[in-house]
Amino acid sequence: MSLELRGITKTFGSFIANDEINLRVETGQIHAILGENGAGKSTLMNIVYGLLKADSGELLVDEKIINISEPSDALSAGIGMVHQHFMLIPVFTVAENIVLGHEKTGKFGALDIETARSAIREVSKDFGFEVDPDAIVETLPVGIQQKVEIIRALIYEAKVLILDEPTAVLTPQETDELLKTMRELKAKGTSIIFITHKLREVREVADQITIIRRGKVVGAVSPQTSEGELASLMVGRTVDLAPEKIKHKVGEPILVAKDLTVRDALGNAVVKKVNFHVNEGEVLAVAGVQGNGQSELARALINLEDHVEGSILLGGNELRGKSIYASLHAGIAFIPESRELDGLVGSFSIAENLILDLHDQAPYTKGITLSAGVVLAEAEKKVKEFDIRSQSVSDAVSTLSGGNKQKVVIARELSRPVKVLVASQPTRGLDVGSIEFVHERILAERDAGRGVILFSTELDEVMALADRIAVMYRGEILDIVDSKVTREELGLLMAGVASKKASA
Amino acid sequence: MSEIRSSVEKRRLRGVVVITLLSSLSFLYFGFISPGKNKTTFGFVLNNEWVLIKEWIIASATGVKIFSGISLVASVLAILAYRKRRQIVFPVGVATFGILMSFITWAASGKFIPLTGLLQGALLLAVPLIFGSMSGLICERSGVINIAIEGQLLASAFVSGVVASLTHKTIWGLIAAPIAGAAISFLLATFAIKFSVDQVILGFVLNVLVIGLTDFLYKKLLVPYQSTWNTAPTFGKIELPVLSKIPVLGPIFFSQSIVVYIMFAIVASITFALFKTKWGLRTRAIGEHPTAADTVGIDVNKLRFKNVIIAGLIAGVGGAYYTVGSVGAFGKEMTAGAGFIALAALIFGKWSPIGAVFAALLFGFADNLQSTLTIIGVSIPSEFMLMVPYIATIIAVTGLVGRVRAPAADGVPYLRGGAH
Repeated sequence: MSLELRGITKTFGSFIANDEINLRVETGQIHAILGENGAGKSTLMNIVYGLLKADSGELLVDEKIINISEPSDALSAGIGMVHQHFMLIPVFTVAENIVLGHEKTGKFGALDIETARSAIREVSKDFGFEVDPDAIVETLPVGIQQKVEIIRALIYEAKVLILDEPTAVLTPQETDELLKTMRELKAKGTSIIFITHKLREVREVADQITIIRRGKVVGAVSPQTSEGELASLMVGRTVDLAPEKIKHKVGEPILVAKDLTVRDALGNAVVKKVNFHVNEGEVLAVAGVQGNGQSELARALINLEDHVEGSILLGGNELRGKSIYASLHAGIAFIPESRELDGLVGSFSIAENLILDLHDQAPYTKGITLSAGVVLAEAEKKVKEFDIRSQSVSDAVSTLSGGNKQKVVIARELSRPVKVLVASQPTRGLDVGSIEFVHERILAERDAGRGVILFSTELDEVMALADRIAVMYRGEILDIVDSKVTREELGLLMAGVASKKASA
Repeated sequence: MSEIRSSVEKRRLRGVVVITLLSSLSFLYFGFISPGKNKTTFGFVLNNEWVLIKEWIIASATGVKIFSGISLVASVLAILAYRKRRQIVFPVGVATFGILMSFITWAASGKFIPLTGLLQGALLLAVPLIFGSMSGLICERSGVINIAIEGQLLASAFVSGVVASLTHKTIWGLIAAPIAGAAISFLLATFAIKFSVDQVILGFVLNVLVIGLTDFLYKKLLVPYQSTWNTAPTFGKIELPVLSKIPVLGPIFFSQSIVVYIMFAIVASITFALFKTKWGLRTRAIGEHPTAADTVGIDVNKLRFKNVIIAGLIAGVGGAYYTVGSVGAFGKEMTAGAGFIALAALIFGKWSPIGAVFAALLFGFADNLQSTLTIIGVSIPSEFMLMVPYIATIIAVTGLVGRVRAPAADGVPYLRGGAH
């Protein structure tokens, strides 16, 4: 089945999310849609799937114009979708999830689950999946949950399958498995729309690539195109994919964590007795698939977690159990995972956000009053130094773009005397330009002799910045390896397969 | 890691500790420190059951020792079950029963306790609670918080009373009541679903509205023209053949008014429908993850609207119980907070129909025990007795309820593309 989009336009207020988008997916083709975060890929797919309504434009299935205003229209037209955030009911079983929306009933309106069960087994067998129809979805690993979504689409005879950022939550091995499944589907005649911003995967699996930037199609290229070319099409200018890293001498250990255990509110250990240290002038990256305890470990380092055992020594002084204030002022800079939730006060001005940590100290405060003039003057300086683009330092920080928000966080955190920088997913959701800036700042801190602990789920980022890499899996650090490790080795570690080599 | 307990385990441990403490206390205090000096008489016969069980007379102190002994043994079993990480519900239930019985035996020393009557009264007091909690259940399972149960009960009690008075027919009262309940639901659904108004505030406002309106009409219409407007006839008891003759159980469950039988039917249908039908699957889905339901072609807000209306119909029947189902005449604010207790029963019963029914029965029992003991003249201040149901609730909620998890999308209006 072929799918064609003609002149799709969608606006939210004055913002044009999709601008006259044309696109054609042939039968049995894997068509990649490549674009940065916020380029309009998800909006476009939500239109195709009937979750959003286009302002203008038309959809054609097998050359015939069809009208899709509800997901049910898309389903009956043979369009299936695996969403970035899975559309499964966590407390239902796999079979119940698959039945939902397509229920068959028997006597007294009783549900027929059995048919779905056998259909699930059948499809699982065809593709070599191991999916138990009676498992409760929330107990399954994300890789399996994704397979449940794919199975659902197949059972309801999707001829065009939309995969929205399907690899974001997967380990490299799970990703490889997914790419294999995609090829199998293609061989059986299913057309696939593959949405992603990961260049490597696109080149590996796609037959045709469409690149979207700021809501517009800016290129239709073949998978032979180089990563550099794809990246510059995506961003709109040439980009430096690998930041330059100067070799230099590493100093003494500055932060040492011993037998660090973090528990959640229920008392379950989410970080289990981890040991690591970071030296002055070194980037220690903590890699791992999302949700393996990295967030909690990062938060524990500045005492944001409540149930922590073990020891955190900063320059020989115990930090564990101290207040967050004490940790920050002892010399830890912290870039939190969510800048909107934990890094900034959205309704405060840029200037106010820049002194959140130092507002009670000279020169910003005199007696019980803030010195507004000093605050503004300092803010002007920071805005220049960190290239924060805004109309005025008195604007609410919520009016800034993601990249500029992150710059405010970084500017604030580096304004104290810093010994160690803890950065948790510092480039998540940023555009390529801002990513470059953040990477440069991180390496600048390292070159200035500070210790950097970088928590990241992006393998490329880890490989580009780290001097040593610690891999977390289910709350444990499986191994700490040096940066010469290969992608495959890292991938295996992230999937929980411990390497035989001794720790570097 | 085993020395750290999860919160579920902590809760179970707390339950075991509380029940053991209470068992020991009851054993020592009722049995030894302040034993009852006279005999306690239990009555078992209410109607004309086939087998007439004789009254059971026992020395208060001995009875207490027996019942407290049972609860102590059950507490020990509960501790063992906890150690082995098994279910503790059954031993804890037995222990609770033992403690309750020793309390009754002690308190009614020298008096006559009509046990069957006590239980029958408990069921009757639980009837509106059960209707109310079923109304809440259907709303909240679909993702709409229903604080307006009180308003639904009160409005339908009023309407059914007035309609039955005017028509002189109980049946018209019973038919009109659900319509009144559904009307309140219609307001709730319209504002909560169409206009995304905060559901807690909305429910509260609806309650105040209904109380104000019925108070006004009661004062201006029902009191001055009582003979026309407020003399509703009531349904008689229907004794089910055979079943109503079973000793103890018969008069409690099978010699009731039509409203109670409707209740049995509704609870059974909801339990089946929620877990075994297409409607139930969809209802649970829109209460947990509405976006997911939408993407498989379910019209979330339409189904929510429909379910809120159904909930109003159910609460309406419960409202009719106040007037045509029992006393006939409408009284000012006669529901007296039952809607809120029903909500507590729903939460206590972990959003499951059977759980909510048991919770409602427990509340009904505590309430009736209080009034029974006051009537037979137990020398405990009635103010204290009035606190019993609520103390029971607190103990039960802190100690015995396992993991409580509301439907994930409860109270969250669904707007498509809300993430954008």
